Amino acid sequence: MNMKIIVTMSTINQLKYYFSYLSIFFLLILPAQLFAKTVYVGGNKQFKTIKSAIKESQDGDTIIVTKGVYKEGNIQLKKSLILIGKGNPIVDGQHEHEIFSVKVENVVIKGFQIQNSGRSVMSDPSAIKVYKGAKNVHILNNYLLNNYFGIFVQNTEKVIVKNNVIKATQAKEYQLGNGIHCWKSDSIQVIGNKIFGHRDGIYFEFVTASVIWKNQAHDNKRYGLHFMFAHNNAYISNKFVKNGAGVAVMYTRNIVMLYNVFQENWGDAAYGMLFKELSDCYLTGNKFYRNTTGIFFDGTSRIIIEKNLFKENGWGVRMQANCMDNLMEKNNFVGNTFDITTNGFLTLNKFVNNYWDKYEGFDINKDKIGDVPYRPLSLYSVIVEKNPPAMLLYRSFMIDLLDKSERILPSLTPENFIDNEPWMVPHKI
Amino acid sequence: MMQILKYVALDILKNKIVIAYTVMLALFSWSAFGLEDNASKGVLTLLNIILLTVPLVSVLFTTIYVYNSNEFIELLISHPVKRSKIWKSLFIGLSTSMVVAYVIGTGIPLLLFADFGTAIMMITAGSLLSIIFVAVAFLSSILTRDKAKGIGISIIAWLYFALLFDGLVLFLFFQFADYPIEKVVVALSALSPIDLTRILILLRLDVSAMMGYTGAIFQNYFGSSWGLLLSFGLLLLWILIPFYFSLRKFKKKDL
Repeated sequence: MNMKIIVTMSTINQLKYYFSYLSIFFLLILPAQLFAKTVYVGGNKQFKTIKSAIKESQDGDTIIVTKGVYKEGNIQLKKSLILIGKGNPIVDGQHEHEIFSVKVENVVIKGFQIQNSGRSVMSDPSAIKVYKGAKNVHILNNYLLNNYFGIFVQNTEKVIVKNNVIKATQAKEYQLGNGIHCWKSDSIQVIGNKIFGHRDGIYFEFVTASVIWKNQAHDNKRYGLHFMFAHNNAYISNKFVKNGAGVAVMYTRNIVMLYNVFQENWGDAAYGMLFKELSDCYLTGNKFYRNTTGIFFDGTSRIIIEKNLFKENGWGVRMQANCMDNLMEKNNFVGNTFDITTNGFLTLNKFVNNYWDKYEGFDINKDKIGDVPYRPLSLYSVIVEKNPPAMLLYRSFMIDLLDKSERILPSLTPENFIDNEPWMVPHKI
Repeated sequence: MMQILKYVALDILKNKIVIAYTVMLALFSWSAFGLEDNASKGVLTLLNIILLTVPLVSVLFTTIYVYNSNEFIELLISHPVKRSKIWKSLFIGLSTSMVVAYVIGTGIPLLLFADFGTAIMMITAGSLLSIIFVAVAFLSSILTRDKAKGIGISIIAWLYFALLFDGLVLFLFFQFADYPIEKVVVALSALSPIDLTRILILLRLDVSAMMGYTGAIFQNYFGSSWGLLLSFGLLLLWILIPFYFSLRKFKKKDL
């Protein structure tokens, strides 16, 4: 009893101690809060243009832009301001200008409709561009329409891009930039955005320690998500649907991909996900539905693919022979035309405890693990991989016969491409 | 000619095999669409059945029927009727019944479940396939007087187109893997009516994206509107040529 009271007393003392520190902290920042002012922009407000409001304000001020159409060319943000749109004010670049150029840290842009940026291959004009060193910028709840690049973040850190809708309706790929483009940055958060109709939905290059969470990218002309040399990032609960070429991930290490959905990326050169020269990654809970190829592995190593679902794809997984030390464990393969293919005899990857719907073995001791090893490679898939024109024989009766006999006596498919412990029932994913 | 056609048609109807064939096709098709959850898969299942059974039934039934109606043909020839008319009306009667059986059996479920373009494509292609194998049967049954031999020839023709031909194409793929043989292969596959039909239908389905470069070449040659005409022209040739040769032989044949 006594002990307890002493303990609680000491915690209360500690709390008091913290509170005194906190109050000192508040006192220190209070002056800034007191002097920061809020100004309004609009037809019948004190400022008629956003530019004039910016000119008259100081670091830490809030500018509230009311409903209206603002065609002011390029708006430079060289002060740490908070820009808030009330009732979706439209800021139009008239197909000529970059619209917001953020050049200092601590800027917030929230609630605008930003449209019609200029197009130039030299300067990549964007709806919102965050320039070098502009740290801690928040871009929230904007609607971006028909811009060249949507949000362009370069050479900075701690930028948050959240809940924006980014849409482009230009017809040709050369008229389009990327929805969210991040280059050489660190600690970026891209959360809850919807991106469609752009060239690449989300593009990351040399971006580290960042998170991409709950975004949706669909109907983009090229990739839904495209990243290169972007190490140590996490991709969680995103959805990529019907993008021209799916998702491409290249020359990267230490990536975590959880609970993403890759769907209907269907076409000659489309992949649910394309992995090129990737290493040390972990994938789980991802779902691949109706893609031409679920995942294409090219030169990957040390990737763990665990508990993912491959359903109704043309090829569930295509693993080139130049991949090594990858582990595919406890995945479900359901209704794919080909579950898995490879292009060589060398197999340095491991497949274990996967559920294959084409498995025909049995389970006598009822431990849910099939008693007969499963060879997921069909003869025809190997033939097609070596000899792509042979796809012309798809669904030919002859091919079905060959496949059946190869399953029983493998001669042309790699001997060690095998799942020794296939599961009898699908895993819960 | 109409008179003969009427007799042939009535006779085929009396012979209940064609009705059984219709029912069987209908059962296959309805169950194919009923079991698969998406129509595209149903079409693929149905495709396999059509490519195997339709030619087989057409070729076998026709061969046996032609041999069995030998006496009827002899009787007709003793009348003042042109030989070519007899042969033609026999051909038209048989192919019509095969086509009607096919259209009723698979056409209705196809129109109901598959998308309209694909359904029309499959119905046309399947009907043409039926007639092609009726023509092949006419040729093989006129080649020899021996019934067993004739049926044998028919079965071999079916085996060749349904199985061996693809094996040969696959063999070519392996032998000439180092050469750009895509165009040659596309041209070759036009030489087998079953292959041509199979690919034409596959190109209409989602799986076409998986057919890559060769698929694209095929699409270019045979998938465009002119290409479609060309491929249907080729299928028509597959009807006309065997039938023409059988007709020529029949005209001169000493019965």
